[in-house]
Amino acid sequence: MENFLQQLLNGLSLGGIYALIALGYTMVYGVLKLINFAHGDLFTIGAYVGFTLLVSVGITDSVDPMAALIIMGATVMLFVATLGVGLERAAYRPLRHSPRLSAVVSALGASIFFQNAVMLIYGARFHVYPQGLFTKSTLSLFGLYLPLVKVFVLMVSLVVMTLLYFFIQKTLTGAAIRAVAIDHNAARLVGINVDKVVTIVFVVGPALGGLAGLMVGLLYGQITFTMGWLYGLKAFTAAILGGIGNIPGAMLGGIILGIIESMASAYLSIAWKDAVTFVVLILILTIRPTGILGERIAEKV
Amino acid sequence: MLLKVEGLVVKYGHIEALHGIDLHVEEGEVVTILGANGAGKSTTLLTISGLIRPEKGSISFNHKPIHKLQPHEIVRLGIAQVPEGRRLFGTLTVRENLLLGAITQKDKQGVARMEDRIYNLFPILKERSSQLAGTLSGGEQQMLAIGRALMSRPKLLLLDEPSLGLAPLLVKSIFETLEEINRNEGVTVLLVEQNARAALSIAHRGYVMETGRIVLSEEAKSLLVNPDVKKAYLGGH
Ligand SMILES: Nc1ncnc2c1ncn2[C@@H]1O[C@H](COP(=O)(O)OP(=O)(O)OP(=O)(O)O)[C@@H](O)[C@H]1O
Ligand SMILES: [Mg+2]
Repeated sequence: MENFLQQLLNGLSLGGIYALIALGYTMVYGVLKLINFAHGDLFTIGAYVGFTLLVSVGITDSVDPMAALIIMGATVMLFVATLGVGLERAAYRPLRHSPRLSAVVSALGASIFFQNAVMLIYGARFHVYPQGLFTKSTLSLFGLYLPLVKVFVLMVSLVVMTLLYFFIQKTLTGAAIRAVAIDHNAARLVGINVDKVVTIVFVVGPALGGLAGLMVGLLYGQITFTMGWLYGLKAFTAAILGGIGNIPGAMLGGIILGIIESMASAYLSIAWKDAVTFVVLILILTIRPTGILGERIAEKV
Repeated sequence: MLLKVEGLVVKYGHIEALHGIDLHVEEGEVVTILGANGAGKSTTLLTISGLIRPEKGSISFNHKPIHKLQPHEIVRLGIAQVPEGRRLFGTLTVRENLLLGAITQKDKQGVARMEDRIYNLFPILKERSSQLAGTLSGGEQQMLAIGRALMSRPKLLLLDEPSLGLAPLLVKSIFETLEEINRNEGVTVLLVEQNARAALSIAHRGYVMETGRIVLSEEAKSLLVNPDVKKAYLGGH
């Protein structure tokens, strides 16, 4: 039982990370019907910006750990959001009216560009986040000893997802994002500035992806310039699992995938950790291609 | 002159859909464009709203050229469109659809007042305000589409076949409301229709379009008795 609860926490914290990344895929898909293949690399960049702040800037030398975490989170989100906006301007906007395949090729190109940029700047070997940000390493709860960092990561992703949910469902800007996802031309006729909405999506999605990168660094310590590939693919699977284009779906898909993955590695074998994702992907694509909460995929393609 | 369209040429790829359209709308008028399927009526309205860029020609609104502006800028200047097939945001609520119609409006109180006026005009929308737009009946959807367009407080309202798919009684009631909007709210109306009888019953003037050209431009009264119009658009009697 205790092992199960530990695994559940592992799954939830990992799932929260998948969900944050998946939101970027799903939001961009929603408004542009495009898979942003560079999203995984924006996630990687988030992890490296966090690393720079910790190691090169030495942020923990000047402020206490809580403040350091907040500053890192804000900086990473701002930096990666800026890259996201630049990415959309440079790689996607000029191709908005071109055949779909051009944008896909452009997305792959952007992914290679970002990945190589990270490698050139930081080198090809992996880097390790310094320990000690979390002064107390475990939290005791109902007789369980829970690693504090996992609880922290889970809390952050839950809070961020709740805020995003309210932003999308309860604000006029959120309604505009949903409207653009439903019908671009109708949105433009109503007076929605579609370019502005797309820009907002490329602020929010990459900011969340970057934040997820930072949290992977905090949670697992080790980062590499290729990490965005596997995490990206898994988060993409989570987005498909929840129903691509569907925001609550991405949250749900991420959490479910995280839990499946940690249960599989605990109770089947660690070797199954990555493979299980692809089993899930194949299963959804054959059984329910629209995902759990998805609908109307035929209309969207 | 509120709207002036001159020499408008529009192409889809290599195919020319409008071959040089001239039309104008005076402030306070209800003007209709009649024409068969594929005549270019929707193309004309979409070009006025800035969704399609004209190849040649000009469109001016209040004596200002608008054919190079973005759709949202055109809405902000005071032209709103009720598109063909309504194009509501089906998974958004009725109220969200209305509020998005006012997204170009900065004045919060003005938006709230406009929302109340829409609910006065179409009380059923108030009852349904938290329901998803996609669950409304056809008539209610058309009311919502009109309400959504009115939310931007347009000077000129473009409507593309609002009678499409509605029962005759509903068409009558929608057109009466349009007349009321024109008379009481001072909104100028440019109405595209295939239902010529309904359109001419409220219009002051009308144009007849055929395959990308305006072939007739007359007072509504004369169009109603014009033998060609009678034959082609009024069922021949
Ligand atoms: N997106 C498009 N791409 C290519 N051709 C188009 C497109 N939209 C319209 N056309 C063509 O342009 C011409 C005018 O079409 P338009 O939709 O403006 O006609 P309409 O008068 O509104 O017809 P309807 O009464 O059926 O709505 C038609 O020949 C149509 O096939
Ligand atoms: Mg049409």
